[in-house]
Amino acid sequence: MDKIPDKLSSSSEKNEVLNLEETELRLGLPGSEFSDKKAGNGFSLFGKDLKDETNNGFSQNPLKNIFSGAKRGFSDAIDGSNKWGLCINGGSEVDLGKNDVLFSPRGGGNVGVKNTNILQSCQPTTPQPVEGKKIEHGSTTPASKAQVVGWPPIRSFRKNTLATNLSRNNDVTGNSGPGCLYVKVSMDGAPYLRKVDLKTYCSYADLSSALEKMFSCFTIGQYASHGLRGKEELSECHLMDLLDRSEYVLTYEDKDGDWMLVGDVPWEMFTDSCKRLRIMKGSEASGLAPRVIEKCKGQN
Amino acid sequence: MAQSFPEDVLEHVFSFLNYDKDRNAVSLVCKSWYEIERLCRRRIFIGNCYAVSPEIVIRRFPDVRAVELKGKPHFADFNLVPEGWGGYVYPWIVSLARAYPWLEEIKLKRMVVTDESLELISKSFKNFKVLVLLSCEGFTTDGLASIAANCRNLRELDLGESEVEDLSGHWLSHFPDNCTSLVSLNISCLGSEVSFCALERLVARCPNLKTLRLNRAVPLEKLPNLLCRAPQLVELGTGAYSAEIQSDIFSNLAEAFLGCKQLKGLSGFWDVVPAYLPAMYSVCSRITSLNLSYATAQNPELVHFVSQCSNLQRLWVLDYIEDAGLEALAASCKDLHELRVFPSDPFDAEANVSLTEQGLVAVSEGCPKLQSVLYFCRQMSNAALVAIARSRPNMIRFRLCIIEPRAPDYLTLEPLDTGFGAIVENCKELRRLSMSGLLTDRVFEYIGTHAKKLEMLSIAFAGDSDLGLHHVLSGCESLRKLEIRDCPFGDKALLANATKLETMRSLWMSSCSVSFGACKLLGQKMPRLNVEVINERGPPDSGPESCPVEKLYVYRTIAGPRVDMPGFVWTMDEQVSSSLSRVTERRGD
Repeated sequence: MDKIPDKLSSSSEKNEVLNLEETELRLGLPGSEFSDKKAGNGFSLFGKDLKDETNNGFSQNPLKNIFSGAKRGFSDAIDGSNKWGLCINGGSEVDLGKNDVLFSPRGGGNVGVKNTNILQSCQPTTPQPVEGKKIEHGSTTPASKAQVVGWPPIRSFRKNTLATNLSRNNDVTGNSGPGCLYVKVSMDGAPYLRKVDLKTYCSYADLSSALEKMFSCFTIGQYASHGLRGKEELSECHLMDLLDRSEYVLTYEDKDGDWMLVGDVPWEMFTDSCKRLRIMKGSEASGLAPRVIEKCKGQN
Repeated sequence: MAQSFPEDVLEHVFSFLNYDKDRNAVSLVCKSWYEIERLCRRRIFIGNCYAVSPEIVIRRFPDVRAVELKGKPHFADFNLVPEGWGGYVYPWIVSLARAYPWLEEIKLKRMVVTDESLELISKSFKNFKVLVLLSCEGFTTDGLASIAANCRNLRELDLGESEVEDLSGHWLSHFPDNCTSLVSLNISCLGSEVSFCALERLVARCPNLKTLRLNRAVPLEKLPNLLCRAPQLVELGTGAYSAEIQSDIFSNLAEAFLGCKQLKGLSGFWDVVPAYLPAMYSVCSRITSLNLSYATAQNPELVHFVSQCSNLQRLWVLDYIEDAGLEALAASCKDLHELRVFPSDPFDAEANVSLTEQGLVAVSEGCPKLQSVLYFCRQMSNAALVAIARSRPNMIRFRLCIIEPRAPDYLTLEPLDTGFGAIVENCKELRRLSMSGLLTDRVFEYIGTHAKKLEMLSIAFAGDSDLGLHHVLSGCESLRKLEIRDCPFGDKALLANATKLETMRSLWMSSCSVSFGACKLLGQKMPRLNVEVINERGPPDSGPESCPVEKLYVYRTIAGPRVDMPGFVWTMDEQVSSSLSRVTERRGD
């Protein structure tokens, strides 16, 4: 076997040598490198951007794309928020909440980010319709870094203890807090819970897309029971919309143990106070803000 | 010839065999030895709960008193295994409750344990004595209340670093007043406060209590109350080790420690206030095990304390100890067997402390008995690794984590192949190895060639091609567990070494380049392996067969595919893979 250069070479060079293009660890527009190989179905359940960008038409299975093609609402601020969601090509699970660097947790060395079109917008929550544009990520703080899941290999118990130590030692200013913040997410009616690291998201839109990926398999049935109204409607759908139309509400438990509606406070305040998340059935949300109840009423 | 010994004589002889390996060997001698052995085996260890079913176990071993089970793969510790993956203990408890009414011990690691399971345990086994839950989750303090209330002869309750939903601290009060049997209690993972009075009374009435690990909520001022009631303690885990600096608190503490003449192990030390460390000086010379890995004390107080412990065998500490502290350690603790240095600020790209490879080199050179290392640092060199290898050919466990993935030798910018190669070549007894830094296929060639006793290997962000994986699978004769993440290993090496996988407990590969097609093939060809694909983003067949799977977990089993998989796990066996491919064809992919 030929000697592979020892130094960190760019992924694309390596790929020429090893012919691993298809499994290349690249951050690219989802489906873009595959579009010439196959038309029709995208790779993922959430292939909305594949459809929008390459005009390949919708998947034959409408339920698979139930959250696809959101053109307005929160997830547009992210344009293909799915980060790795659409690149099923062996990529590492990089939480790109704050940075677009692929492998290195440091800010520098954009190895493998050559074809980046989709980057996280770290603007706060106001939804802006963004039609498939490149979004250069802007406002990352110098202290932020891409956090690779599970690296360095430190157990949760220790990480949480460290987090508590650091937050106790921190000054008032600065976001140089703990490296991760896992909270449980439950959905009424789902057989098991999930966990998300709030530190990997920088806006409600981020969180929304991640949750929609995680829980789609449970909500599909719910949505379907309200009736699918055709392709245009499908293209508008995503979790927030789904929640608007369905009986679900996204809530969280704060430090005082109260259940609050997600979205009222600035993002940072939310991550500081959120202890767990719950996708709640609207019928139970009567204690929350009046507009929630109106939403539920408005559906029927 | 075997018949010349009456059964009960053989049984008596076998009763001296405690290791599973020996018992397994004995049971292979002949049928009658197999029969005798299985009837008198009392302890069983199951390293993978899905490798065998409870029914099979119970059928073979009808009278077991102690069961140890492990569930999730090791990488679950680092959040690489999604929630809901599996590892449920409840079905086991149900079967064990029916079959072994005299069961005394249950030890679980990385399993999902519900309150229901705990309640069932507490009510099913009349002589239940030992419950150890390491890195488990799924239960609340209500489950603990059942255990406390119903297990009359409880000797050991160890919650390890489990994730417990802390509903209240009242569970401890459920220990009845006539419970005096406790020998070991570890509640260090619990967040909320337990009733101190109940704790005090419990400690006072258990004269055989040897191990007591408190949780953070137990204040330092109250520690003397407990120590005075348990001067026979051998292992102590403090609660928060901080208080306002007051001389009476200090003197109470010092006096209480003075009374603990048996103390050999110390842990805890959350929120440590260094001024209180000297209160323990009277016990330091007897201390053999010291866990300061949650203590944010810095030098000079930290190293001063550690250097007092001249008989130290095991030290876990944060990188606040720095190179200077490790050099002092090397000079004063010549009995050191095990060193673990954890990072105080792992997510910061810049080093916050002066801890480098030099510290590890110093300890390796200065401590002749050092055989187990876990070390987090930010720079490493081949020269240092070679020095470590040469000084410590007796190394058994070597786990090095250079915080930046793919970091090269910081002096030469070369890969660290030579360094790790020296480790495996010189340390012939090496059983466990975790590597990091910049590594090419060459290091795997060294490993395959030299690491003949290696049982567990952890690889991350390393290698260039399938050749690397092939070297490991074809060369490491003793390999039992292999876990890999983010390496460019694909189908060829895996399929070429398929039969090797049956000789191992398990293989984990995540974010590698193993294709769905290869997984299907492996599952079809190897019926005694469970080939499980974890794909959170959708079914593996939603792409072409060449598309890599997100995560792969392969393990040998005699229980067939498991039935409790969540929606994002697929078993590649004959039925499943053919039904998946039919679906693919229909959609015209």
